[in-house]
Amino acid sequence: MVLDLNVSIRENSNIPVIDLEGEIDVYTYPKLSDALQYVFETYPTAKDLIVNLDKIRYIDSTGLGVIANSANQIKKMNEGYINIINATPQIKKIFDVSGLISANFKIFDSEEDAITSLGN
Amino acid sequence: MTDSVTIKLTIPSLSDYVGVARLTASGIANRMKFTHEDIEDIKIAVSEACTNAVQYAYGDSLGEIEMAFGIYDDKLEIVISDSGKGFDIESDVTTQEDDPEKIGLGLGIVFMRSLMDQVDYNTSETGTTVTLVKKVSS
Repeated sequence: MVLDLNVSIRENSNIPVIDLEGEIDVYTYPKLSDALQYVFETYPTAKDLIVNLDKIRYIDSTGLGVIANSANQIKKMNEGYINIINATPQIKKIFDVSGLISANFKIFDSEEDAITSLGN
Repeated sequence: MTDSVTIKLTIPSLSDYVGVARLTASGIANRMKFTHEDIEDIKIAVSEACTNAVQYAYGDSLGEIEMAFGIYDDKLEIVISDSGKGFDIESDVTTQEDDPEKIGLGLGIVFMRSLMDQVDYNTSETGTTVTLVKKVSS
């Protein structure tokens, strides 16, 4: 069980993708925040950013708070979107309970679905 | 099991140890008849209560967070307390702030109330106590 958070950044079809592994809580969320800020600085005109939760087994309010703030930031910068992919049913439930899913915040079942949708 | 059993845990008010509290809650809930989904709910609620204590109870000082897990036939009752400065739960609750920590606090309380069957919050100048109850599905 990974209690830490591992972060890596890549591109798919010119869209930045942040791959996350582990748990996002009050201890690890600064790593996610740093990664999102790095992507905003590296891709200052990006309209879409994908956050891959395939290997995330736990996320709480601190992680959602960071993602929600980043969604606000990319909205203000470029009228852009944060796109969440591969969330487990439990994590989808948390997003749902949070009430944070908004016009600049999307959830896709897979990376393929996201790339297909964002490419159109 | 007829009588309740209580397991106690004390962690320092450091973010490093919130995961330990979460794992402890998970281990205890696993010994009971909770579903996987219930166990995940309990983990989040415990983590949120501890996160609030870590972020708000002691300021820049180091304190302790005490937990008592009361195991009953039909429920798990978790009491999480600190001896910090307390905070006004109602005025501090928001999900509209730009400050990530404020959003975290607001969401943490939303999660606890949504995921547990009962949540009681008592805060004063001498500390905060959160009581979380999850009933075992019959």
